[in-house]
Order: sequence, then C-alpha cells, then structure tokens
Amino acid sequence: MSAIESEASEPHQAPRVPDKTQLARYYHQMLAIRRMEEALAKAYALRKFGGFLHLYIGQEAVAVGALATLKPEDYVIATYREHAHAYAKGMSAKEIIAELYGKATGCSKGLGGSMHLFDAAKNFLGGYGIVGGHIPLAAGTAFASKYRGDGRVTLCFFGDGSVPQGAFHEGVALAALWRLPVVFICENNLYSMGTPLYRSLSVADVSQKALGYGIARDRFDGDDVIRVRDRIAEAVRRARNESLPTLVEIITYRFRGHSMSDAGLYRTKEEVEEWKKRDPISYGRELLVRAKMDEKDIVAIEQKVTEEIEEAVKFAEESPELAYERLAEFTYKE
Amino acid sequence: MPRTVAFREALNEAMLEEMEKDDRIFLMGEEVGHYDGAYKVSKGLLKKFGERRVIDTPIAEGGFVGVGIGAAMVGLRPIIELMTWNFSFVAADQLINNAAKIRQMSGGQFTLPVVFRGPGGSAHMLAAQHSQSTEALWAHIPGLKVVMPANPKDAKGLLKSAIRDDNPIVFIEGEVLYADQGEIPDGEYTIPLGVAEVKRPGTDITLIGWSKMVKIALATADALAAEGIEAEVVDPRTIRPLDEELLVQSVSKTKRCLILEEGWPFNGVGAEIAYRIGRRCFDDLDAPVERLTGADMPMPYNHHLEQQCIPDVPRAVAAVKKLLYLE
Repeated sequence: MSAIESEASEPHQAPRVPDKTQLARYYHQMLAIRRMEEALAKAYALRKFGGFLHLYIGQEAVAVGALATLKPEDYVIATYREHAHAYAKGMSAKEIIAELYGKATGCSKGLGGSMHLFDAAKNFLGGYGIVGGHIPLAAGTAFASKYRGDGRVTLCFFGDGSVPQGAFHEGVALAALWRLPVVFICENNLYSMGTPLYRSLSVADVSQKALGYGIARDRFDGDDVIRVRDRIAEAVRRARNESLPTLVEIITYRFRGHSMSDAGLYRTKEEVEEWKKRDPISYGRELLVRAKMDEKDIVAIEQKVTEEIEEAVKFAEESPELAYERLAEFTYKE
Repeated sequence: MPRTVAFREALNEAMLEEMEKDDRIFLMGEEVGHYDGAYKVSKGLLKKFGERRVIDTPIAEGGFVGVGIGAAMVGLRPIIELMTWNFSFVAADQLINNAAKIRQMSGGQFTLPVVFRGPGGSAHMLAAQHSQSTEALWAHIPGLKVVMPANPKDAKGLLKSAIRDDNPIVFIEGEVLYADQGEIPDGEYTIPLGVAEVKRPGTDITLIGWSKMVKIALATADALAAEGIEAEVVDPRTIRPLDEELLVQSVSKTKRCLILEEGWPFNGVGAEIAYRIGRRCFDDLDAPVERLTGADMPMPYNHHLEQQCIPDVPRAVAAVKKLLYLE
C-alpha cells in the first residue's frame, strides 16, 4: 500500500467524496502508526532502547490526511514527534523501528534515533530536536523549489510550542516575503510539554499569526482524516499553483505524555478521556463502515497491520549496529 | 602575469567565477544586492546575475542562515553572507544544531554544500559587540570547517575551494583586510582547504598566525630580522581541518613557537595548536610554546585601550626575545 500516491485535487474542484480504497489506505496508515508507536512504547518500557520517545498517539489523522495531498517529490520536514510523518511519507515501519533501536538498518543508520528520522529518497527531510529550529529550513527547501521552478511543495509540521520561538517567525516571515511554496502546519495539541496554551501564548488562535505576515491561514479540528486532507489540499494547491505560503493550525490532542517520562499531572484524566472519544482511528474505522466496507475486509487490514509491525520489530531486534570505526565518515563529506 | 587586487575584489572574483559556472550557487544576505554589499564584497554581482541569484534579505540571520541550510539539503549551493560574524550568534542554533549535524543525524543521507561568509575580528573602535573573533567557537564544532584567509591570493583560492566543498563552511574575512592589496595569479586557481603555508621562511622561531595576525607576524619577523633573528611565519589558512603536519614540521626545525591570535585566550585556537605542538614536538622544543592573544575581556571602545587588547608587533617581538632567552 503506497503512502505517497498523489491525491492532490485540481484547482477549483469541490472536495472529492473519499472512496473505499482511499479510506482503507488512510485507515491502514493511521492504524500502522498507532500500532508502531504502541510497540515502541512497549520496547522502551522493556529498555530495548533509550533516549527520548515522543509519541504521536491521538494525532494520527493530521499526518496521514496532510501527507495524502502530496506528490512523492514534495518535501516534508517535522519535529521530534515525527514517527507518523515519516511513515506517512512512505518510510517503512522496519526502518523507523530499527532506527529507534539504534540499528544500522535504521533510516538514519542508528545515528539519529527517534527524533531524527530522515529519508532523502522519500524527500522526508527529517525530524528536528530544537523546537522551531527546522522552520527556517522549510523556507529554504521551498526557496530551492522556487529557485529551480520544480513545482515541489514543502510541508512543515511543528507544535504550538514552536510559535513563541523566533525561528518560527523568521521562517514564516521570509516565506511570506519571498512568496515561497510552503505550508506551515501547526499541530496544536494544546500543551507545549506541560504548559497549557493559555500560559504560553497571548493569543490562543495561532493561525492569526498569518495576518501579520499577510499570508493565507486556515484553522480546523484534526480528528477527521478526510477533513485534514481536503483542507490541506487547498493550501498545497495555493503553494503549488500560486507559489504562496499558508499557515494552517490544526487542533488535535496527544493521548500520551509529552515524552515517556511525563506523568501528565498538568491535565485531568477526564480531559484525556473526553478527547479519546474523538480518536481519529476509531473515526477512520467508522468511515469505512459507512462506506460499506465488509467487516472481514476491515479486520483483514487490521491483521495486516499487526503482521507488519510484528515483522518490523523482529527486523529491528535482529539487525546489527554500526561499528564505531565507521562513525567518522558521517561528520564530513570527503 | 599576476595581477594586483584588493582582498574584497579577490573574494568578489571567486564568487563571480564560481557563479558563472554553476547555476546552483546563489548569494544571499543583508545588503548584498542593491546596496552592493555592506563591505562591497558583492559589488556588481546583482547587476551581473539578477535578483534570482543575488538575494537581499531582511535582518533575520536565524531565518536566512536556515534558508541556506535548507536549500543546501535539497541540492543548491548557497553562499550566505553575514554582514559580520558578530551577528552570527542569533543564527547559532542554525549553524550548530542544523548545519553541523544534519549529515550525521541523517546517517549521511544529506550533505550541506553551503558557505557562510563575512567579516570577523576587530576593526577600529567598534566596541564590544562588533569586535569579536569567533573562529574558536566555530572550530570547536565537528561538522563545520573554518577558513580564514590572510591575503587576496588566499582569499580567492580558498573561497573557490569553499564554494566547491560539500560541507558547511565558516569563512571568516578579516574586517580590516578588505582594502589590502596583493598579487593573485591570473586565470583559474584554487587553494585546497586544510593546507597551511609558510609565509616567510626562517630558522630561529616559528610564528603561527592566521587572518590579520599574519600581517602582525610578518611585521614582527621584519623587526626581528633587523636584529639578526630569522623568524618563520606559518599561516594555517584553515583552522579546521588544521594542517598540523606543516606546523609541526616548522617547529621541529626552529625549536621555538609563538602563536598570535586575535581572539580570547581561554579555549582559543592557539590553545589547541599549542597542545598539538607540545605533544608532537616535545623532544625538539628549546622553550615552552607561547601564545600572544587578545585580552581576556570584552573589547573596549576607547582607541588606546582597544589597541592594547589586540596583539601587536612590539609585544610579539618581546615575546620572541623571551623565548630566545634574550631578555
């Protein structure tokens, strides 16, 4: 099942009614991301690997819906909470899980880990660990696309925690000034680590930042993969056809903590449970039922996902590590 | 026939010649285009290449340094001008966390052929925030290369090599060197990164300096020659990678070494060089390796105080005589 097949709508076309095949693909991707991260959380608890582990659980419809609008040659750049974006850009669970295990078969040869997944061939330009620090890079890749006239679009994901950072403003300001083909996607999960939005931003509506830079904006809930896809498609079309940036704010929620060490004391269990009722994956399954997909076909997807992730974990467990002697070659290009 | 050009003209020629050959190269920075460059290094390039390839930026170093890195990741070869290296600190996250690390973090999937260039070091009465030597900071960071030419010939040859290199380069131009005249070869030439040069041969002591300290070292050597002391002046030209071999070779011969550095002493480049020479030349040395550095304090504005904070010829001569046990 390809994650990177183009589904960008043509300009001035009404949002397409999703067909069963598309819905099945999105459901597969969202579920695979969920199961992959659950497997990672389990492996982390068993100390199969260390470091930081920031889970995306609860936000899956955002990455899957947004990336469904792209062509394979388009660029995606993201934060340290980027397992989903990597998978949705077409990277395999095998190379993602192996990377977290620190193995040489990982997408970054075990040198990057959870926060630094990269795939040059898939145009996944990485996960970055400094909040907001990758946003100017997105302006740079979009600059390159405009410079070359190659028609590519850059999708740049970040959290609400990036918005107070200078790098966010500088990146957006340059993209606006130079009319660069980039979509800035703020995944507003309501908390920057343990700090609720109202204590970190004077204006809670992040999309309003677009007004000061004179660029288009959009703002919507991120629990419906189809809504995400169709709204992001508008922004992608604006970038591709008019070479104009957009700031999109998507309201979402992470069911897990900021990282594995987060006890979640800054929010109530009731709040978390309330959001879980809007689980994008349950909704994705409901869409399949509504589209009259047979229950056995849905179960077949779920079974396939289970096998995919089990196989990927096995692959990671059995993979070799890079030898120290090879490390130096990655510091400088000869 | 060699030609005589100014330091800034040599840099300009390097960019012009490389940009003519390769459309992937563009120049971006504050005032590089319509203003013709804050220090006129990019003079005429906008007229020659147009706004697509010579791009004026707003004052947002963190932004446009990041743009250079992003563009390099996907195959362009940017030259990013910092109006001065003093302004690089607001882009430090981009340089340290992105430029220096993306190749390794990605398991070698991405290379970053990008040059960050601009003036560094003190000029005249610019005070603490505009008088800094930043090479020790950047050279500390694996993943970056640090290049510091001392004359027009080196400036052109090294900048061309830097532009052709596939790694992020910190290229620091001595702010007070821009008007210096010097001979450069006619036609195509490059100077490889990581290769030091003996700027003046000698037998009695090795003076190591880079960028404008090469001028101080050469003037010191002249003053010493008048007293019958023959100093050898060696210019590493590239701080990282460092041509340790040529430095060691020279000190093994002269058995004495004075390092001239405009920057601060603590963790300075000279400290690293002194360590390497001490380790490699231990049996040859007739005196401890000595350093003459900038004063260990922010640069003062007052002219007389400022001059006392920067290594000069009289103090270099005195330091040499001490190493030769003449005083």
